[in-house]
Amino acid sequence: MADDIAAERASLDETAIEESAADAYPLPDPLWKGDIGPGCAKVDPILIADSVRKTFGGLVAVDVEHVEIPRHAITALIGPNGAGKTTFFNLLTGFDKPDSGSWEFDGTDLAGVPAWKIARRGEVRTFQLTKAFGGLSVIDSMKLGARDQLGESFWACLIPPLWRAQERGIEERALELLKQFKLYEKRDDLALSMSGGQRKLLEMARALMSAPQLVMLDEPMAGVNPALTQSLLGHIVRLKQQGMTVVFVEHDMHMVQAIADWVVVMAEGRVVAEGKPTEVMKDPVVVDAYLGANMDRDLGEVVKEIRASYAASRPEGGSAQ
Amino acid sequence: MTTTPQPVLKVENLVAGYVPEVNILNGTNAYVGKGELVGIIGPNGAGKSTLLKAIFGLVTIRSGFVTLNGKDITGLRANRLVSKGVGFVPQTENVFESLTIAENLQMGCYQNPSLYPSRLDFVVTLFPELKKRLGQRAGSLSGGERQMVAMSRALMMDPHVLLLDEPSAGLSPVRQDETFLNVARINAAGVSVMMVEQNARRCLQICDRGYVLDMGRDAYVNTGHELLNDPNVIQLYLGTLAADHKAG
Repeated sequence: MADDIAAERASLDETAIEESAADAYPLPDPLWKGDIGPGCAKVDPILIADSVRKTFGGLVAVDVEHVEIPRHAITALIGPNGAGKTTFFNLLTGFDKPDSGSWEFDGTDLAGVPAWKIARRGEVRTFQLTKAFGGLSVIDSMKLGARDQLGESFWACLIPPLWRAQERGIEERALELLKQFKLYEKRDDLALSMSGGQRKLLEMARALMSAPQLVMLDEPMAGVNPALTQSLLGHIVRLKQQGMTVVFVEHDMHMVQAIADWVVVMAEGRVVAEGKPTEVMKDPVVVDAYLGANMDRDLGEVVKEIRASYAASRPEGGSAQ
Repeated sequence: MTTTPQPVLKVENLVAGYVPEVNILNGTNAYVGKGELVGIIGPNGAGKSTLLKAIFGLVTIRSGFVTLNGKDITGLRANRLVSKGVGFVPQTENVFESLTIAENLQMGCYQNPSLYPSRLDFVVTLFPELKKRLGQRAGSLSGGERQMVAMSRALMMDPHVLLLDEPSAGLSPVRQDETFLNVARINAAGVSVMMVEQNARRCLQICDRGYVLDMGRDAYVNTGHELLNDPNVIQLYLGTLAADHKAG
């Protein structure tokens, strides 16, 4: 009987995934309502943050007055080093406590809720510096990511028929994700034997094991080589097609322009600009503080200018030896 | 390249690794000509950083040679290499955080303190921002500024060649561009540079020649701009994301 229920749950989970893959989640057009700009309201927000503030000593790391994340969309969070992006991530996911402020996820107030409970509600995140279970094999790390496992209960774990079918489902899902992230061949290797880029991929795949509603990725592609990054972008877009909402921090503007529906720009702890990728990247504030004037230039041309000016007035001692 | 510059630094058939019997470099060949800016790119785990560490005596070399101006320097210890004219800037922990900028620069030429005044002149001419901030602690600097101090420190011994390990890692786009231009300034001032980079496009844009490492071997070598447009390099390593974006 219990076995049947578990099997049914597992198959339900699977059909849910297949259905949602076929199902499109059309975004409202436009995504925002009222005036577009920092803190603007969204037609269908999944996450709303209000007056979130965090200081470290005298340094104001985060001071976000109001921000809304659109549901079913891919939102990029960009900004200079030290803008507070990762700290804001930590606050929203319960990994750090704010000095003040509140935020709600899907209509529920999440301020003060610990990280593991937030994850159970369907908001998961990855880390900029990966946190892998080094001593576990890749496949075991993946299986840990699934939530509501029947075998986690003390009594149920003694009776394998209760959880065996679910476990099988989890394993299939894990292997499927490993294939997508090009880690299938590595499934029996220890996580600590993998390179930095591969750990990044494992962490993203593991986060997806819990079938979350909102995935928050902190620099998912930093240290992953460009060709692989490109092939992985398709997977992130597919998450959206499956109905998930994605928020990611990234410095690679090509990636932001390729997949983001919405861009939020932070600087010195505040949200300083918001909008569609093409428009935000033309915003003088963003160009000045973050992208730089050479954004669309071949740096080789700038280097030619530098070389020409040095040839004219070469400083002493450069190649004196 | 129409004229081949005389090699300052050259590695031949280099085999090296961290753990016995596991080689990261499997016979790498590369050189830096006098006054050249050479970029090294490649996938994760290709051996890029290991190549620099092997040159700088931080990884055991199993076979092959490293020469500086034609003289064998294979397997010398780091401090000997510095005094012979090899400068190295590691990717992380590349400044003394508790020391001021001036003290960091002094540490750069501790083997020959008499060089300090003239070399200080050289680096502040390159990076005028440093001049006003010599008394500031290096730990309080932003990522891009830190990189500038680290490179300056390595320039204090007036090296023949400067080795840079991913100078742009972790920086925002505008700071990455600044860092690349700083590298170009150092090179324009006459220092030969070998730079390992993860931002492959930017790196190839500014360098004279580039190597693509794969599985511990030099898989491709060409001028930076040739590599940027090489279909094999694009497919295997660069991806077309940036090009798509430009076309669209």
